Amino acid sequence: MSYSTTVDHEEHHDHPSGMLRWLTTTNHKDIGTMYLTFSLIMFMVGGAMIMAVRAELFQPGLQLMHPEFYNQLIGVHALVMIFAALMPAATGFANWMLPLQIGAPDMALPRLNNWGFWLLPPAAILLTLPFTLALFGIGDGAIATGWTFYAPLSVQGGIGVDFAIFAVHLLGISSVMGSINIIVTIFNMRAPGMTLMKLPLFAWGWLITAFLLIATIPVLAGAVTMLLTDRHFGTHFFDAAGGGDPILFQHLFWFFGHPEVYILLLPVWGFIPQILSTFARKPIYGYKAQVYSLCAIGVLSVVVWAHHFFTAGMPVPALLYFMYSTMAISLPLAVLFYCWIATIWRGSMTFETPMLFAIGWIILFGIGGLTGLVLADVAADAQYHHTYFVVAHFHYTLFAGGIMGIMAGVYYWLPKMTGHMYNEKLGKLHFWLTAISFNLTFIPQFFLGLAGMPRRIPDYALQFSEFNMISSIAAFTLGLTQLLFVYNIVSCARGGKKATDKVWEGSNGLEWTLPSPPPYHTFNEQPVIR
Amino acid sequence: MARLRITRIWQCLLGALLPLTAHADYAWNFPKPVTPMALDTLQVHNKFMIIVMVIFVVVLGIMIYSIVMHRKSRDYQPAGFTGPSTRAQLFWTLVPFAILLYIDFILMGIPAFHSVVAMEDTRTDADMVIKVTGSQWRWQYEYMDGPAKGISFVSNMTTPQEQINNQAAKNPEYLLEVDNPLVLPTDKKVRVLLTSSDVIHNWWIPAFGAARDAIPGFLRETWVKIEEPGTFRGQCKELCGKGHGFMPAVVIAKNEEDFNAWATSKKAELQAAAAGADKEWTKEDLIANGKGIYEKNCAVCHQVGGQGLPPAFPALTGSKIATGPILDKDNKMVKDGHLDRVMNGKGVMPAWKGILNDTEIASVITYERNALGNSLGDMLQPAQVKAMR
Ligand code: HEM
Ligand SMILES: [Cu+2]
Repeated sequence: MSYSTTVDHEEHHDHPSGMLRWLTTTNHKDIGTMYLTFSLIMFMVGGAMIMAVRAELFQPGLQLMHPEFYNQLIGVHALVMIFAALMPAATGFANWMLPLQIGAPDMALPRLNNWGFWLLPPAAILLTLPFTLALFGIGDGAIATGWTFYAPLSVQGGIGVDFAIFAVHLLGISSVMGSINIIVTIFNMRAPGMTLMKLPLFAWGWLITAFLLIATIPVLAGAVTMLLTDRHFGTHFFDAAGGGDPILFQHLFWFFGHPEVYILLLPVWGFIPQILSTFARKPIYGYKAQVYSLCAIGVLSVVVWAHHFFTAGMPVPALLYFMYSTMAISLPLAVLFYCWIATIWRGSMTFETPMLFAIGWIILFGIGGLTGLVLADVAADAQYHHTYFVVAHFHYTLFAGGIMGIMAGVYYWLPKMTGHMYNEKLGKLHFWLTAISFNLTFIPQFFLGLAGMPRRIPDYALQFSEFNMISSIAAFTLGLTQLLFVYNIVSCARGGKKATDKVWEGSNGLEWTLPSPPPYHTFNEQPVIR
Repeated sequence: MARLRITRIWQCLLGALLPLTAHADYAWNFPKPVTPMALDTLQVHNKFMIIVMVIFVVVLGIMIYSIVMHRKSRDYQPAGFTGPSTRAQLFWTLVPFAILLYIDFILMGIPAFHSVVAMEDTRTDADMVIKVTGSQWRWQYEYMDGPAKGISFVSNMTTPQEQINNQAAKNPEYLLEVDNPLVLPTDKKVRVLLTSSDVIHNWWIPAFGAARDAIPGFLRETWVKIEEPGTFRGQCKELCGKGHGFMPAVVIAKNEEDFNAWATSKKAELQAAAAGADKEWTKEDLIANGKGIYEKNCAVCHQVGGQGLPPAFPALTGSKIATGPILDKDNKMVKDGHLDRVMNGKGVMPAWKGILNDTEIASVITYERNALGNSLGDMLQPAQVKAMR
């Protein structure tokens, strides 16, 4: 058995230091830090890519790049943001906080944990390397099919598609390893007295996420492997001429792809209530209702996949089924919203940066959810589908609902992780600039989509000029604002006002009973929950 | 006093916003619908938007009230409830749930049901059938029945590359203009069959409300019934490669009489073009004719100068295939030769025999062999192409 579950930690205090510490570490906090750092770096990389895109879209006409390169940028932007920024950030928090929150000394499978992380950098390199190779005349650049890999376009694509397929394999293996670890940890390593119904919501969110990952990642891996054999080994899974079906690819992809959206968000839905409760100084409202809703959403998320390709043609009963089941997701989601709002209702609120992000998150994610409800309508979706309306919708869920939620978590736990307070003024400035420029970036995109601008186009008709210009200017502001975030994190890690153990007046949960930062080996004596 | 200030702020805001709305280019909602389907979608959309807007404003209002009133700086003492306990609280939790259930499956669900059924009903009372084929990166139209039966042509974007590269002023219909628009009669239910010759495309004209994927190897269908004459523009909206942004679909709707007249003249025009295949052409005429065809169809990939974009798109200048023999000594088509490649395509290269007529294929091949840095001096007669079909 792995040593971390035994009690005699003191002998291991001579753990390696310097580079070797980070390469070989099996400590959940070190690994969590690595995940979060990696995520932040990749967030900036993905952001830089999309700023280049927004620069190209600033005016009609092609100014900066070939359409081919443009397509590569939007595809890699999405893959990087989803797989290398948002997912690792959530995993980073899981590594850092789950053991602390459930009173465990470490994750259950530390060696696996180390491997899970070290698969990520090679995957990130596989995703971005084709750009560089193309500079030296090798291949024709990165994957240019959008992040969805749709066949047959991806069958005819260049070497970048193969790179992306291998990157997805690595990322998938990493996620499944992380998921196994989280499930085992939550089921086996809880402190005595912590029943499942006392589990922090963050742990619940992650538990469901982990099961979803294990259920769906293999389907994606299968789909891209079939794609690989179609490309190089003469199979015809997705080629009608050989008896295959291009739409099969879409089914397989979105059977993974739709749950993936919830995989990205469920961990965030887990910790936002904790933040709200902390700064409202009031217990979480409707804990059980939230647990059941999270489970319901987990289940529903795997049965609605085909709403991503209504315009591909389906029998009417299938259209109706996918429409109504999609609408049904709004019910448990509304229960969650209700609980979040009821948690702050009649609280005694203060508005430190994490709380600002959490409240802004409810409002902006609400816009994402409500526009999603509209998108479920098959007839209207024919107009929205593949337009900028959808781009705006999913950025309200992924940027506001995902990244801004993660930001709330970063500010919330940073003092605990580093032992120092971050700069509150800068944090608030970061929030306001982010919230305002985010809306100015994506509200015009709603209008663009309704007026008929397709997505994934490098150039557009003249009637779309004004809104694109506004959106680009706001996106540059949004991108630059994130430098504040990086600066604030780095300076907080290097020093600053000492953080107390409890950090926030209203905080509760096991992690706040530990010193800030927590010692390298936590919980040598297991806490007991009553 | 406070109210006065608030009105002042509103005036300023409105003042700032007005120039925006006055500018015609700020199109921000669906274009004016011209088919029953588009009208239906617009109505559904408007209704939904109002519903979600109301939900949003109500919820936001509750939050703002709470944020303003229930804050520590006002010394508000936190309550301790963790769930509904009294009967009134239970009521307030169940009511929103019931309202949402009603909105989802009655208020939105029922009209959505009817729209879907109407949208998918492509056959009832259909007056004519057309076939739309997507290919990288142009649309091909074919009339399957009615007065225009047998007419088929290819529709290419006509926006010049100089405008795209910002070397010339842009046309008002920049990127939304084509050489051969689809012409349809008004007030007729037209069944549209869709397919593709390479990757997935999506034929979409916003004013029609109809958008449907064109999938290689499969047929998909949708329908339009245009209620007023006019020109309607849209674009492909499924990522289909580097030319995806440059694949407009333009439809001209004419009343029945004008449509019939158009069909007659278009047929005559196509017949004249086909007749060209039987006459003997001079090399100069073929080259001159081929230049336009090359620039319209081939230059997207092989570039105007023929240098290509290797490795994806091979150069034609000095190319083995483009300068090799066309016919062997028995006057058969050389396999993998110039004509074979152009007629039958390979990989990303489309099979042009379904897109171009004999004269066009003969012209463009002759052009490729005597321009773009090649000078073989030979030529290919349309009649020879015709014989190879
Ligand atoms: C600075 C913030 C961001 C900006 C300004 C931005 C902007 C854009 C733009 C302009 C596109 C291209 C749309 C198109 O041409 O169809 C795009 C695509 C996309 N973005 Fe972002 N984005 C940002 C952050 C994010 C984040 C944080 C995520 C997810 C975690 C994300 C996920 C995606 C996805 C999934 C696509 C679709 C790519 C495709 O078409 O395959 N973006 N984004
Ligand atoms: Cu297309």
